[in-house]
Amino acid sequence: MAGLVPAIHVFLRSVSQGVDAPAKPGHDEREACFPNPRLMLLFVEQCLNGLQFGLLLFLLAAGLTLVFGIMDLVNLAHGSLYMLGAYFAATFAALTDSFVAGAVLALAATLVVGMALEVVALRRLYGRDHLDHVLGTFGLILFFNELVRMIWGPAGLSLSLPMWLILPVELLPGLYYPTYRIAIIVTALAVALFLYVLVMRTRLGMLIRAGASNREMTGALGVNINLLYTMVFGLGAALAGLAGLMQAPILTVQIGMGENILILAFVVIIIGGIGSIRGAFIAAVLVGLIDTIGRAFLPDLLRLVLSSRAASTVAPAISSMTIYLLMAVVLVLRPEGLFPVSSK
Amino acid sequence: MVDALLEIDSLTKRFGGVVASDAISLAVPRGELHAVIGPNGAGKTTLIGELSGEIAPDDGRIRFEGGDVTLLPSWRRSRLGLARSFQITSLFADFTALDNVALAVQAHAGHSFRFWRPARGEARLREPARAALARVGLASRADVLVAKLSHGEQRQLEIAMALATGPRLLLLDEPMAGMGPEESGRMVATLRALKGELTILLIEHDMEAVFALADRITVLVYGRIIASGPPEAIRADAQVRQAYLGEEIRHG
Amino acid sequence: MTAPLTPRNVVVAVLLLLLTVLPLYATASGHVFLLTLFTRVVILAIAAVSLNLILGYGGMVSFGHAVYLGIGGYAVGILAFEGATSGFVQWPVALVVSALFALVVGALSLRTRGVYFIMITLAFAQLVYYFGVGLDRYGADDGLSIRQRSQFAGLVNLSDRVQFYYLCLALLVAAIYLTWRIVNSRFGLVIRGARSNDRRMRAIGFPTFRYRLTGFVIAGAICGLAGALLANHTGFISPATMHWTRSGDLIVMVVLGGMGSSFGPLIGAVLLLTLEEALPVLIRVVASPVFGDAAARMAEYWQIMLGPLFLLVVLFARGGIDGLLAGERRG
Repeated sequence: MAGLVPAIHVFLRSVSQGVDAPAKPGHDEREACFPNPRLMLLFVEQCLNGLQFGLLLFLLAAGLTLVFGIMDLVNLAHGSLYMLGAYFAATFAALTDSFVAGAVLALAATLVVGMALEVVALRRLYGRDHLDHVLGTFGLILFFNELVRMIWGPAGLSLSLPMWLILPVELLPGLYYPTYRIAIIVTALAVALFLYVLVMRTRLGMLIRAGASNREMTGALGVNINLLYTMVFGLGAALAGLAGLMQAPILTVQIGMGENILILAFVVIIIGGIGSIRGAFIAAVLVGLIDTIGRAFLPDLLRLVLSSRAASTVAPAISSMTIYLLMAVVLVLRPEGLFPVSSK
Repeated sequence: MVDALLEIDSLTKRFGGVVASDAISLAVPRGELHAVIGPNGAGKTTLIGELSGEIAPDDGRIRFEGGDVTLLPSWRRSRLGLARSFQITSLFADFTALDNVALAVQAHAGHSFRFWRPARGEARLREPARAALARVGLASRADVLVAKLSHGEQRQLEIAMALATGPRLLLLDEPMAGMGPEESGRMVATLRALKGELTILLIEHDMEAVFALADRITVLVYGRIIASGPPEAIRADAQVRQAYLGEEIRHG
Repeated sequence: MTAPLTPRNVVVAVLLLLLTVLPLYATASGHVFLLTLFTRVVILAIAAVSLNLILGYGGMVSFGHAVYLGIGGYAVGILAFEGATSGFVQWPVALVVSALFALVVGALSLRTRGVYFIMITLAFAQLVYYFGVGLDRYGADDGLSIRQRSQFAGLVNLSDRVQFYYLCLALLVAAIYLTWRIVNSRFGLVIRGARSNDRRMRAIGFPTFRYRLTGFVIAGAICGLAGALLANHTGFISPATMHWTRSGDLIVMVVLGGMGSSFGPLIGAVLLLTLEEALPVLIRVVASPVFGDAAARMAEYWQIMLGPLFLLVVLFARGGIDGLLAGERRG
């Protein structure tokens, strides 16, 4: 019973503050004169948050790197698919009164939208300059933002979780972690495993890899390249939508939510190596951990030298800067990424 | 023994498991037209890449006019007098033929940190450019956009650009690629006119042209030189016939 | 250079004429908001002109160009905050800091190609954006108010809307003219050649890196100046000015207006910014009699056309509006 109050405290902080502003150690805990186990638990908790954020980034990055690696398409509108996933989930969950049903429908809807987008618009960009991709898909970002505004209004939506996902689980003595975040971790890991099996062990995956290294040849072998590309793009869209809908209960669902995280996804695939899912996985988890732990502990570290207000302003800026700095360093020293796919 | 203009010493390059250049050693004296032939995949393109500075060899040395140029970037080699043409036409498509050649002249006419005066008005650049175009027979096409030139004309333009840099050594990578017999004939005439004045290393598949132009021929197979000498010797060499010329005759 | 009476030249001439007489019309009719709007148009056109130099002519897709708007703006804002309100100090600082930052970013980025170059310029832009967010003393996320415009010891009074507008317009014309001279000079041909075929440029003997870097620095400096102007105009500077989507807007202006043309960036800036203001009004006025209420809602969502329109331009009319007017069909 005594553990319930701090447990609820921890849980409320984690769920309500979400990704952008992770749990900060509160005043009362500091004044309780940190017994080390408390600090350790907090650190573990933040590591889990970082892992969770990183895995979500991985889902987003995996789709991006697949499309980039296989179709050589730079898709800035990937973030829009992420946004659509969230919006669809909120809408369908409200309609069906079930989070899970809403999630499944949202996933299907995003898949359909993704494939339609590829067929109608994006396939004309294949083979063109990367600049054309960037410009064209940037236009699509504008389009989707306006479309969402038109259909759902400017205010944004919210998505609430069913009771069984809100209850925390005691992972370690004294460490209560929201079930939902665990669900995210488990789901994302399952998807990662699925992708690995798909790409490495199935015929489809072999076709994907073949298509990546030699488009004409694969076409000449009688494989319907157009269909293959549409399916790959659909897969990428579904992954983005999944990331979006899983984030939805933790973050607000709003217009433009794709733009901020899209950049991070690009950072991840650059660091990991374009076209490499393994690279995306490792880089995403790395970035997630750096960002979350940085935001969690840097303010306190800085409070040793700066005023409290300055520290809370400077800290998130520094942890964001670190990630971009890391990408810049990788680009300068090892532009093909940490885990490059063998060059074409 | 006359000092060779170009000396290649044990040049080696590996791409993964493939040996593209296998300890290639070759000396090209001044004024010679030296042809390099070999079947596809023999490593000719790699060799040109190493000579022009786009590919760094794993081992070996390249000496040009006595100086070691093995690791120099391509623009520096150009400044030293080593010009190349490309197998797959590589020009400035949105500029005119004259603009293209004038740029080549500009690269060797002082620095280009000039921001004000229109470069197209500089006689110092345009005159030599026109002259180079005339040499390859493109004088009348000077103001045509490269994208609108015929394939053969573009190949001629490649030569003109290389010439405009005032080189001492010309590296020609299959200048006759994709040309019909009439165009090839014109190209051979152009190259013959350059013989003696310049040293030329010619990579070609067109055997007629090779035997018509070359002073000496080197045969490259799987990155290795299997024969090197005057045309008659090469024609008679059994190994060469088997490895290369035989294939050519069969494929007619 | 003789100017034949082509559709494009006519449009440009009319546009310049309208821009010149605008303040007179605005003050006479009392529609001061027009002056405010078009001052913004002119300033962002300067930024677009600078981007056009490296993007349109140089083929360097910098997705972090809005950073220089921020650097110029913060130079003015921070110096004003600390008491240095003289434009003779602020504006050179804006130019120099922008140029230095461009030098560093360019030196590191220009070794890369294609999408890597795009990403690294984006990374640097985000770095500066987050740095601005962390600038606690200077407003951080909320931004910094600039209470007094840059002082020029009585030479020109920037607080006078009309004077400020004409100053900006003069600088725009100067920027366009300067760009025109640069791109036809030896230097310009080098960066244009490098855009067309960098490998070829190096093969004929050009050390292209140093030329492209110089172009990058020039463009950064000019955009820094635009940033100083913008800060003066809005009386405010915040990190939002430097967000990567702002860089995207600049790219849209350049591409829509016509990459690699003298007046394309101006056309693009005018189009993008006036559409934002004018189109809703226009739609409402034109469509209301026919569609009634629906027209009002249509007007609000005009932007939904912009995205696909832009995609169409990229696919079929790469030369932008300028290209279309000049009669080319590039795609």
